Amino acid sequence: MSLLKYESQQREPLVDGNKDYHQVTEDIISPIEMKPSRLWYIGFWISVGLLLFGVYSVYREVTYGIGQWNLNKTIGWGWDITNFVWWVGIGHAGTLISAILLLFRQGWRTGVNRAAEAMTIFAVMCAGQFPIWHMGRVWMAFFVMPYPNTRGPLWVNFNSPLLWDVFAISTYFTVSLLFWYSGLLPDLATVRDRAKTKLRKLLYGVASFGWTGSTKHWQRHESLSLVLAGLSTPLVLSVHTIVSFDFATSVIPGWHTTIFPPYFVAGAIFSGFAMVQTLLIVVRKVMNLQDYITMGHIEAMNKVIVLTGSIVGCAYLTELFIAWYGQNPYEWYAFSQNRANLFTPYGWSYWLMMFCNVVSPQLFWSRKLRRNITVTFFMSIIVNIGMWYERFVIIVTSVYRDFLPSSWSTYYSPSIYEIGFYLGTFGLFFTCFFLFAKYFPVIAVAEIKSILKTTGESYKRKMTDIEKADAEKFYIEEVEHAH
Amino acid sequence: MAGIKKFVVGSFTDEAVLFPAVKNVRKAGYKIHDVYTPFPIHGLDHAMGIRETSLHTAGFIYAICGTTTALGFMSWVFTKDWPLNIGGKPHFALPAWIPITFELTVLFSAVGMVLTFCYLCNLAPFVKKHHFHPRATDDQFVMAIECTDKTNDAEVQSFLQNAGAQEVNVQVAETGWWIGRYDKEQKLYRDEIGY
Repeated sequence: MSLLKYESQQREPLVDGNKDYHQVTEDIISPIEMKPSRLWYIGFWISVGLLLFGVYSVYREVTYGIGQWNLNKTIGWGWDITNFVWWVGIGHAGTLISAILLLFRQGWRTGVNRAAEAMTIFAVMCAGQFPIWHMGRVWMAFFVMPYPNTRGPLWVNFNSPLLWDVFAISTYFTVSLLFWYSGLLPDLATVRDRAKTKLRKLLYGVASFGWTGSTKHWQRHESLSLVLAGLSTPLVLSVHTIVSFDFATSVIPGWHTTIFPPYFVAGAIFSGFAMVQTLLIVVRKVMNLQDYITMGHIEAMNKVIVLTGSIVGCAYLTELFIAWYGQNPYEWYAFSQNRANLFTPYGWSYWLMMFCNVVSPQLFWSRKLRRNITVTFFMSIIVNIGMWYERFVIIVTSVYRDFLPSSWSTYYSPSIYEIGFYLGTFGLFFTCFFLFAKYFPVIAVAEIKSILKTTGESYKRKMTDIEKADAEKFYIEEVEHAH
Repeated sequence: MAGIKKFVVGSFTDEAVLFPAVKNVRKAGYKIHDVYTPFPIHGLDHAMGIRETSLHTAGFIYAICGTTTALGFMSWVFTKDWPLNIGGKPHFALPAWIPITFELTVLFSAVGMVLTFCYLCNLAPFVKKHHFHPRATDDQFVMAIECTDKTNDAEVQSFLQNAGAQEVNVQVAETGWWIGRYDKEQKLYRDEIGY
């Protein structure tokens, strides 16, 4: 038999169209070799514009101090930490797709893992900006590192969740980057070997580290990917767990709950997949990759969205119930008044969050809606708005009315530089993503080739013929003999 | 750098043809230098008789180093070097150190493994190697058979053709790596001085 592996005909193909190995290379690599489209330039320069606005906002904040933001003594954490947690959450889908789905042997991850991992790295870069610039005296940022110094040496506090965060986020960034780049090496070598211009040969030659595709190297590469996936799986769960510890280990009503780690992790995956949908629906259209990022992929991700959205919904309700059941008056006040009461200053944000995260994803129980591009795109944005509000609700509604009513804050609204900083991280994210989409293979070419014969449409068709012939033979030999 | 050798090179277009070919070539007693493929082919390493990699063992050792570094350092800082009274809690606060210990375990293991991988496979920027076929990273499965003085090239070539190779040729090539750029056809220094 010429086909090495068999996959059930019940499953739809992961690679549509009549593809062979060369066609896969051609489809994915040729956009890199062409001039970018007008749409690309427009998108890229808008992103750079946003980035520059962000740079200016940060410049204001560094020069004049944190007073440029509308934070006050009561609301010490506002948009900045909301944005931090939001971006870190988005950064969770990439590693989930590439690591956890690799361990679960989910073939569909090959179509989306490269772009999702890139998204992870850029999102974590954006997230890191917020705590760093919130330090105020950012030139002292290196103080968070435990290095021998002349002040004693005075070490950092290893018992502090904020320091755990430093280690978690930097480890997560490093490991994601290594995982992403080690996967890119073979594909960059493919670009290098196809390159016609001198500059491209030079740059991709340097970037691909002299990869040849030797069997021994592939064997080590496979082992490396598997172990990195094994390491990244608990890592990705630990990162948002540790982010949730920033809140959960405090004694602020509304934060001091043990449900935070699983609830934050589910929320992170939820928002991360939504962002992957937003990006990939655009990418597959613009770069003509519908054969690789199929409706099946979109549907699979929508299933993850409805699952994690429902987990988040359960967590919201559990939290509310426990606040009542625990009979702590402060805790119950934070939930029943600051959040769930629509007529308090921030009540609207709680119900907006409930609607976006819990109610709206339930649409995806319907197969028809899961496989509808417009609905998916719209929903992916709704989910990300909802998840932003989740962090806003957790942070602001828990602190704006503290234990001393005289210091209750009046309504907090961000300053233009606070908004500018947030928009600036969008600029950073999309600038990086546009560059990635133009200069790197957005789909893992080698990985697609390795699943092509089991789940490619053309091979599946051949498989059906073989199966049919087999069935006929079986009938003739076994059934007719029996009669 | 391992020196210059002569190879008979055959390229295949289907891995299903490549597998029996690898077996037959080995049975015939020829020495396969390497097989270059555009994607990992499961079982090819076994068919070629390459031993299992111990990269994961290295990863485990790096991980242990990370764990001990983190735990050792934090214990030393908080119990010996500068014990801080944090709300009257014990100096040796093991549960509070678990997050950082875990993160450093993962970090050491991942970084160590990637560096070891690059070292073992001779991968680095500006490293250049001989490529037997420009489409070995696209859609060709390229087998290079090492020739000795006694090898009859023509015989090996026809053997490969019979095994299903599409293109067969003889190449004289450097087997190791050197510092170079892919936009330049460069001669090695030792070629110029007449190695």
